[in-house]
Amino acid sequence: MADEALFLLLHNEMVSGVYKSAEQGEVENGRCITKLENMGFRVGQGLIERFTKDTARFKDELDIMKFICKDFWTTVFKKQIDNLRTNHQGIYVLQDNKFRLLTQMSAGKQYLEHASKYLAFTCGLIRGGLSNLGIKSIVTAEVSSMPACKLNLHFL
Amino acid sequence: MWPVQALGGLPSEITPQLSTCLNYPLYIRSTPMESELKFHYMVHTSLDVVDEKISTMGKALVDQRELYLGLLYPTEDYKMFRKLHNSYTDVMCNPFYNPGDRIQSRAFDNMVTSMMIQVC
Repeated sequence: MADEALFLLLHNEMVSGVYKSAEQGEVENGRCITKLENMGFRVGQGLIERFTKDTARFKDELDIMKFICKDFWTTVFKKQIDNLRTNHQGIYVLQDNKFRLLTQMSAGKQYLEHASKYLAFTCGLIRGGLSNLGIKSIVTAEVSSMPACKLNLHFL
Repeated sequence: MWPVQALGGLPSEITPQLSTCLNYPLYIRSTPMESELKFHYMVHTSLDVVDEKISTMGKALVDQRELYLGLLYPTEDYKMFRKLHNSYTDVMCNPFYNPGDRIQSRAFDNMVTSMMIQVC
């Protein structure tokens, strides 16, 4: 896998690129976030096919989530998800206390309002990965204090 | 995850895509002499069989290889299955391919041709 600085810097440029080329009104109504999420979706689809080439079939949803939290996250972000919670009815909350794409940004509340832009791609990544494993889902993120973030997965 | 069938007697390759809702072939290729309609029927019924097997899955150790062996052919075709799966992964990574479309990649076609030549 490529050096992590490469992906980090490319991702930052991608976010600013999308926002720079945004048309009138797109920034407010969230079209840019949607664009980034869709990019992440397509990437996630291809990535998950690559990563699961040699792994055995997954037994159930929890197994898939464990894969996402451990192997998938490690391959993409060089670390595992710190905390996984679920209600066993299709809702999962992933907590990453030191999210790689936010560590360079701030260590508290500064720039908090921009955090969602930098999480959109990753939400799409997870959604795309799950989609090619046969799961339709909705993925959202919340950041209350950088660089920790919470990802909410809702299986449909 | 999806099964591949190489039906001897009807030399052909299919690549079906399975997910919880979609269940149709992404790629079908057969030698022209066989009756294609009958083959298509077989393909769709076998997809339904796999679908059934998946939905009743509760066993601890169902991995894709086991499912494959449950279908038609013995282990020597597992090599072919790997090759096909690897090419499928490459197709996925192609930016010009939209997941869910029919597969139109020439590289994929060539790989399937070479596999079919090996079989028959």
